[in-house]
Amino acid sequence: MSDQSIRCECGHLNKEGTILCEACGKPIEGNQHIDGNDEKHVLEMRYEGSARRSQTYKRTFVDKTWAFFSSVKVGVWLIVITVVLSALGTVYPQEQFKNSPLPSSQFYAEEYGFTGQIFYQLGFHNMYSSWWYITLVALIGVSIIIASIDRYVPLRRALNNQKTKRHEVFVKRQRLVSKDNQLNEDDVNKLRENLKSRRYKVYEDDGHIMAEKNRFSRWGAYVNHIGLIIILLAAIFRMFEVMHVDDYVWVREGETRVVPSTNQEYYVENTGFVYEEYDPETQEQFSRALEDVEEPVPKNFQTNAVIYRTTEETLPGQEPELEEVTRGEIRLNQPVTFDGYALYQAGTQLEAEYDSMSFDVQLNDEVLGEFTFYSDEAPPEFHLEESDIMVSVDDWYPELEFTENGPSSFSKFPRNPGLIFSVENPDTGDSERFFYLQEDIIPLSEDNELVMNVTGIDRRSASGLTVKKDNTLPLFGLGAGIFMIGVVQGLYWYHRRVWIHPKGEGIYHIGIHTNKNWYGMKQELEKITEDTNVQEFEDQQELK
Amino acid sequence: MEKKKKRLIFRSIVLAILAGTLVFVLIVNAGSERPSLQEGMEAPNFKLDRLDQEGEAIELHDLRGQGVMVNFWATYCEPCKEEMPYMDQLYEEYHDQGIEIVAVSVDKNETVINNFYNRLDLSFPSTHDRNETVMEAYEIVPLPTSYFINPDGTIERIVRGPVTLESLETYFNEILPQ
Repeated sequence: MSDQSIRCECGHLNKEGTILCEACGKPIEGNQHIDGNDEKHVLEMRYEGSARRSQTYKRTFVDKTWAFFSSVKVGVWLIVITVVLSALGTVYPQEQFKNSPLPSSQFYAEEYGFTGQIFYQLGFHNMYSSWWYITLVALIGVSIIIASIDRYVPLRRALNNQKTKRHEVFVKRQRLVSKDNQLNEDDVNKLRENLKSRRYKVYEDDGHIMAEKNRFSRWGAYVNHIGLIIILLAAIFRMFEVMHVDDYVWVREGETRVVPSTNQEYYVENTGFVYEEYDPETQEQFSRALEDVEEPVPKNFQTNAVIYRTTEETLPGQEPELEEVTRGEIRLNQPVTFDGYALYQAGTQLEAEYDSMSFDVQLNDEVLGEFTFYSDEAPPEFHLEESDIMVSVDDWYPELEFTENGPSSFSKFPRNPGLIFSVENPDTGDSERFFYLQEDIIPLSEDNELVMNVTGIDRRSASGLTVKKDNTLPLFGLGAGIFMIGVVQGLYWYHRRVWIHPKGEGIYHIGIHTNKNWYGMKQELEKITEDTNVQEFEDQQELK
Repeated sequence: MEKKKKRLIFRSIVLAILAGTLVFVLIVNAGSERPSLQEGMEAPNFKLDRLDQEGEAIELHDLRGQGVMVNFWATYCEPCKEEMPYMDQLYEEYHDQGIEIVAVSVDKNETVINNFYNRLDLSFPSTHDRNETVMEAYEIVPLPTSYFINPDGTIERIVRGPVTLESLETYFNEILPQ
């Protein structure tokens, strides 16, 4: 339909909404308000006066939505709102870091008062995973994609369609112009040579000359938008366990545990925990630094770990067949890695648990036998072979506490073990009872003839390991890399064009366009016009 | 006209992809906070050795056709111990009607489990989740937690916290085989 496109007097057929003819650059009547050319003398060249169609068609719902996201103004506002909200979310701790047994509905109000109450009620306490925050970030992504499509396509069209021969008005309304120059053939040749030596591509048509360089600089913005979109995609991938895992597991010395978030495929064994401190005695170089330090200064937290993999699918509850995958020493910031996972040293319960307790049983200063109670095994009885005596474990409290109902255990971890033994007295045949607690033995009856002693204690440490897998990092790297390429492309090169427009009878207009760095352009023009009759260029930019 | 139509289609497709991605991300995000096991889903299979009958094991899959209560407990958990007598009381009555109870202890030592089990003279199967792998598969956070599983193997009800005698009877009736 003819009313959709506009034929310029040069013969080129432009799309509806075109501001400057794609071929000759002549301003198209009736469209000048779009880029504000009706109020200024210098033509707006940011998008070459091309038809960004979001600015023209707003008829259907789809077109209206498209136009909304295409707007740079909308994009900037989305970014501003997101930045402000992100900052506000850091005023008080997020829910998962509040570190309090109080529910959030009370915590924020009690800890921070009225403002805390508002913080909670606005939902800022778990902002970064809330649906509205994710939606905001996604809308920025939508805005970037649509705005880029909407500008890149017509800009590329306009630059591909540009003709060497431009309309006089176009040349004269560039920001830098030199009008009515009287040039002879030598001058023109000299200009052409200078342009070529400054790496311009020089085109000629019917006496008109156009020189252009570094057009690719115009694509920088779009390249870095592609980088940003890849980064957003990487952030989305991070939500899936296949791509990203962040979990935590406690492993005690000697213990083998399933590594969480691996579908019960991997197990980790803690074969020993190493804790070291800086010692001013043996390491003299630290003695001055440690002079005024009362608490010992830790030097190393290390878990000696073995990683296993199940050889076949095992039903939960069954003992898995394990094969060793790797082994290594996990220190702070030195993880053990296997099949894309990494285990980092992250927590310590130093010597917090009892691995074993050894006892002997005596009668009239004669040792009847010895035994060792391993807290993991916790056997119900011991047979002392030397004297054929049975020691039975009546009760076992890994973490002993006294409640209304008597002794009980607070957890399954042997942090404060309590044991009740019954030992058979070989002389009387009576059963005598003893209570082990706090590394000591208390006879439960004054008539006990037997004597029990604690002969040894073995403690163990528990090591906290974080489980990490992040397959999205290369994608983040790629996105960031592409982003940087775009920045460099757009910042370190400038798209520059020079139009030499013959008026006839040796009179020439010269118009200049550069997408940035006009100061540098002026410097370059001095070299280009050296030894020619070109007059000084006029900067037509209106100062507001 | 042709061009306009093409543009409309192109824009619609781009907007639809972007909107679809957003909805997808929001759903995934909402799902990451919820536990993944829910009522109506199939209960994960497991196989545990019985502590009350030496040498025998109990596998959830083999209990198809019966209503199953899987009860996660520990001896250091007071409310767990309080609900055990209720379970035992109803077990005698409901076992004949096709209800099975599997008590899964997450304790460390079998001694403490057996001591408690024998002291209360319990009669339903007692098992020990040594590696805590069943506990992980069933996403157990608070103790006790009970799963009530239909005869067809789907989860009828998840109870996080203790049960009472009355509520337990209601739950048993929900999973009673026809």
